[in-house]
Amino acid sequence: MSKIHVSTTVNGDAVEYLCDPRETLLDCLRDKLSLTGAKEGCGTGDCGACSVTLDGRLVCSCLVLGVEAEGKEIGTVEGIAEGDVLHPLQQKFIDYAALQCGICTPGILVAAKALLEQNPDPTEEEVRFWLAGNLCRCTGYDKIIRAVMDTAKDMREAV
Amino acid sequence: MNYHSPASFAEASRIAADASGITRFLAGGTDVLVQLRADIVTPDTLIDIKKIPGTGEITRNADGSWTLGVAVPGAELGEHTGLVADWPGVVEAMNLVGSTQVQGRATLTGNLCNGSPAADSVPAMVAASMTATVTGPDGNRIVAVQYIPTGPGKTSLAKGELVSALHIPARGENAGDAYLRFIPRSEMDIAVVGCAVNLRLDGDTVVEARVSLGAVAPTVLLVEDAAAAIIGSTLDDAALDRLASAASAACKPINDKRGTIEFRTEVAGVLAKRVARIAYARAKGEIIKGHHG
Repeated sequence: MSKIHVSTTVNGDAVEYLCDPRETLLDCLRDKLSLTGAKEGCGTGDCGACSVTLDGRLVCSCLVLGVEAEGKEIGTVEGIAEGDVLHPLQQKFIDYAALQCGICTPGILVAAKALLEQNPDPTEEEVRFWLAGNLCRCTGYDKIIRAVMDTAKDMREAV
Repeated sequence: MNYHSPASFAEASRIAADASGITRFLAGGTDVLVQLRADIVTPDTLIDIKKIPGTGEITRNADGSWTLGVAVPGAELGEHTGLVADWPGVVEAMNLVGSTQVQGRATLTGNLCNGSPAADSVPAMVAASMTATVTGPDGNRIVAVQYIPTGPGKTSLAKGELVSALHIPARGENAGDAYLRFIPRSEMDIAVVGCAVNLRLDGDTVVEARVSLGAVAPTVLLVEDAAAAIIGSTLDDAALDRLASAASAACKPINDKRGTIEFRTEVAGVLAKRVARIAYARAKGEIIKGHHG
């Protein structure tokens, strides 16, 4: 099977790659573009460790084919910080120690950022439901939820 | 695996009709890619329909009916205030499928064509009298959605046929729909029982109703006896009891790790009463939000 040429945008940068049609967007990000922030946990859309945005919409990159990225805009955890300045969510996750092994963290940051863009004042229940597809096997949920809630508060007050 | 992204449904149909081996259509991919990954289904031909014009659109037609593109993800249905106002049950059912990430991709059409008896959106689509345009080598035909799944993982679609649009009737006055499912946890699970009710009132009296059950038979069921149990009533306790009995009587479930035959049969009746009350309240004009608020 010949490879397919894909032109897409990742974190604002135009990129190109050749991929087999069976390869997922996650495979392409990690193996062709060396963007290893998105992690492969389950590979079947259950764990959220591979979360990215596709034209602004939160998705699991393991459930998107690399060829489907043609002409789209992809957002990954690598695009969250502005240069050396961490995004408020990233800083708050450090402040709260809202991570242990860190494998789920990039996906949770991407997902939480998408939530706060859509809903700057979520309830705890809304945060928990929104992040229900991001599994943390170190059992760090409580700090994660508190970090997201506190970031939302800071960002509201900063406006 | 050959990947195609045709520009029309006629072309998609032609590619599928001419293909040998296993063909799959790709919309949201939340089932197709999982099956690919797990080596359950490895398509020889994969036809991505998202480049076809209209597949991403939600359209309210002049007569009040709706046309839904086959690639519209659940999240977009939930964000569409007009659709939510007209058909909250259809939208809340779809929005129960999977996580936020899955909602970014998963579609009603995919949920229908995956053929799962436990598919959350299908009872709601059946209760809402939704239809599908099916495009095949001989052109288009319109079919009621309940005739598309024929058993677990199976559909009535012939080789070269695919769903090219979904249609919801005009909502009309004094009507409401609702969907609830039972799962042992609070989210991210597969229905043990699902139930949808769609009804219309004249004053306080139910004059039209459709009741549909999921996960209690090899296909989603349209339970006419359950609808008959509440038509003509004001949804009083006696009518609700008759509804529950009719819903339970229609169940032909399996025993599995998620629920026993006895449990599913009992819960179908309990859910039917709860769902009917929500649909009734919505028909009266109350705003009752779905599970995800």
